[in-house]
Amino acid sequence: MKEDISLKVNGKEYHVQVEPDTPLLYVLRNQLELNGPKYGCGLEQCGACMVLMDGKADPSCKIPVSEVVNKEITTLEGLISENGELHPLQEAFVEEQAAQCGFCLNGMLISGAWLLQENSNPNREAINEKLKRVLCRCGTHTRIIKAIKTAAKSKQL
Amino acid sequence: MKTTRRNFIKNTSYVAIGFSLVPNLAWISVNEQSSQGVTQQSRITDWLQILDDGRVRVFSGKMELGQGIRIAIAQVAAEELNMNVDFIEVKLAETSTTPNEGYTAGSQSVARSAMSVRKAAAAAAAILIARTAEKYEIKAENLYLKDGMVLSKDGDFRASFFNILDGVQIEEVVPENIQTKSKEDYEVVGTPVARKDIGEMVRGLPMYVQDLRFPGMLYARVVRAAAYDAKLTEFNKENAEKLDVKIIKVKDFIGVISEDEYQAEKAKIFLERDCKWDTETELPVEEFSAEYLKNLSKETENVVNKGNVAFKNNSISAKYFKPYVMHAAVGPSCAIAIFKEEKLEIWSHTQGVYPLRKTLADLLNLNEENIKITGVPGSGCYGHNAADDVAAEAAILAVENPEKYIKLQWTRADEHAWEPYGSAMVMEMEGSLGTNGKIENWKYNVWSDTHSTRPGGDKQNLLPSSFYNGTTAKRPKGYFGGAYRNSEPYYKIPNQKIDAHYFKGPLRVSALRSLGAYSNILAIENFMDRLADKAGEDPVAFRLKHLEDQRAKDVLKKVKEMTLGVELLESEGLGFAFSRYKNSASYFAVAAKVSVENAKVSVKEMWGAIDSGEIINPDGLKNQTEGGMIQSASWTLQEAVKFDQTHVSSTNWESYPIFRFADIPFVHVEVIDRPDEDALGAGEAAQGPSAAAILNAVYRATGKQVAFLPVNKNVSV
Repeated sequence: MKEDISLKVNGKEYHVQVEPDTPLLYVLRNQLELNGPKYGCGLEQCGACMVLMDGKADPSCKIPVSEVVNKEITTLEGLISENGELHPLQEAFVEEQAAQCGFCLNGMLISGAWLLQENSNPNREAINEKLKRVLCRCGTHTRIIKAIKTAAKSKQL
Repeated sequence: MKTTRRNFIKNTSYVAIGFSLVPNLAWISVNEQSSQGVTQQSRITDWLQILDDGRVRVFSGKMELGQGIRIAIAQVAAEELNMNVDFIEVKLAETSTTPNEGYTAGSQSVARSAMSVRKAAAAAAAILIARTAEKYEIKAENLYLKDGMVLSKDGDFRASFFNILDGVQIEEVVPENIQTKSKEDYEVVGTPVARKDIGEMVRGLPMYVQDLRFPGMLYARVVRAAAYDAKLTEFNKENAEKLDVKIIKVKDFIGVISEDEYQAEKAKIFLERDCKWDTETELPVEEFSAEYLKNLSKETENVVNKGNVAFKNNSISAKYFKPYVMHAAVGPSCAIAIFKEEKLEIWSHTQGVYPLRKTLADLLNLNEENIKITGVPGSGCYGHNAADDVAAEAAILAVENPEKYIKLQWTRADEHAWEPYGSAMVMEMEGSLGTNGKIENWKYNVWSDTHSTRPGGDKQNLLPSSFYNGTTAKRPKGYFGGAYRNSEPYYKIPNQKIDAHYFKGPLRVSALRSLGAYSNILAIENFMDRLADKAGEDPVAFRLKHLEDQRAKDVLKKVKEMTLGVELLESEGLGFAFSRYKNSASYFAVAAKVSVENAKVSVKEMWGAIDSGEIINPDGLKNQTEGGMIQSASWTLQEAVKFDQTHVSSTNWESYPIFRFADIPFVHVEVIDRPDEDALGAGEAAQGPSAAAILNAVYRATGKQVAFLPVNKNVSV
């Protein structure tokens, strides 16, 4: 049975009619028509679907939408400020050209943004730890590590 | 010239004719063809069109697979037309619009497609000058092109391309010999122009086939059988039917569609749980081994027979095994299809829109003219994965449920368990040294399944074909040539015998990045280290002694130089390897530093040097190479597709884990630019040598050889 559900995504309130056990990812992509979070596995194993929930990076592919109604959800789109300015990490990914196919970038950027929030100058171990849930098959990891370090530097300036 | 309806174009609409650059039905061998661009008559307008807003639209029959082909193509066009690269728009593969360039495969996109665009753009530049000279009676030598304008050197004349052409596209045929811009004058080619699509990616803009949305679009899932050749015995749809879905069943093909994606997902789960299947063939779980695969083989092809191989009790030998490896795209395959008024339209991340169209015409009994396929990027594919299968299944659902856009999304388990893998292989090596300390005899045998079952017009190659037609799954032999790709060493060895043995293995296979070259190179390059040891020589020096090609020597020397000063702990080792991809494409040398602790190998750092001839975009080349090294390291250390008696049991990232951040080596790549040489394919060059460098490093660290993959299953220290 479908229910009326209210969600707070990227600072805005949304009302959707979905079955309450629908995974958050499906609602973000299909109802809210957001493209940042990607479907990768539906098993919380690959990180393609990462979003920030109350500031912490977590997968959105399994968690029922009914369980996140009280959370502030931020997607990749929400990292961009209202005046269109990119998050320093988004800038750094462009600068370092840290993508091949780019399908994993959502998870990398969301997890990386969370990391930089908690640790303004992360070393390799900190990066490994915070980005461990996100898979990249193209092998762009070294560029992603560089991009995170570049963003950390730009934030310090 | 008269303006006709057909060739007059506006920014928003265009007409062009698909022409073929590949011989009839030769899809499968396309991988193997090597050429430098346009191979048969095509018109300039088929490759590029002048838009009324000053931009130029370039058509490529290639697909963006994450390799950055769009920017490379834009760069060569911008260079010849002397315009800002931002004013070039690259249109990727679409049937009836872009040139038919077969498959985007075999590291051919720059070497072939970009070179065609270069010629067409150079021809367009010459015609723009000539037309202006004639029309305005200005001497051609006093004219030049700049950013979409033709200008006179004295500054008195300027007009846009569009105005000079009166809005009529350039219909002339691209001449076979055309003067391209002198390389000393290059401003754009050879520079690291940033890819524009990365800016879109970081913003989460819709750019993948998974992101497409159409009015009234329905979501679909396909129900998987129990096994490749399973027959449906009980169709128990009661639980699924209670959901808000429509179930489509044709013979043993079952799909579900719904307005709500999660409903379709649930219906798939119920149907897969409730339906019963009869499976005929039992997969060889217990008996699966190198010997088992060797015994399966029935056909042999001699690849090289040179001199007279004669061993005199002084040879060494080694045996290698490489398991099935998957493409394992992070985003599972996806396609959108609609069948309306007898016309089928598909959006797909296929590597070949034209061959897929031909195959779907065969599968669905449609005329090719009634099928349109638009290439849209998906997740990186690294070869022939399930892109064509999902497109075929979406097409079936669209035909069975017409008038609606249907988006079919494969699940993680669909992708992991049903994509066609890179074949398992067995390699046996024997070699001996002569009195001069050089290799005298070389014998190599390789056993493998086929390395491409791309559809290529044959519907049997599409996964849903046998279920939908109610026939028995019959796997064609496909392209076996990939099995012995790079099986011939690039070294000077007087006596060689190389044979390739074909088997049809238990799992579905097709082209995985570098095909058999990965296995052949890892065997050759590990064996080179063993022979170097026997000769009592440094492995790099030993290789240099057997190489005649200066470019090959240069990449090896470069990597040696990059690793000077690398410090090693007791538990660490440094290994080297080299190859020239296909013995005709890029040169690549690599070093790997590994650490071996508690019977676990980790790759700490890797260094690579690549020579791909003329470089269009050095950063793109580096990016591809870095990625290839990391991917190959993951394959080599830990990947193997597992199966039980019924089917593949590697159904997710836990049962088939790939490298995560903590596992990856930090990689460094240097490129050697050879602006006067031909541009060479590069996208697959790193796969084989990277694996060998790791094996060699493990030996240097432990004194023990590991020759059966994955390394971390077989290492014992």
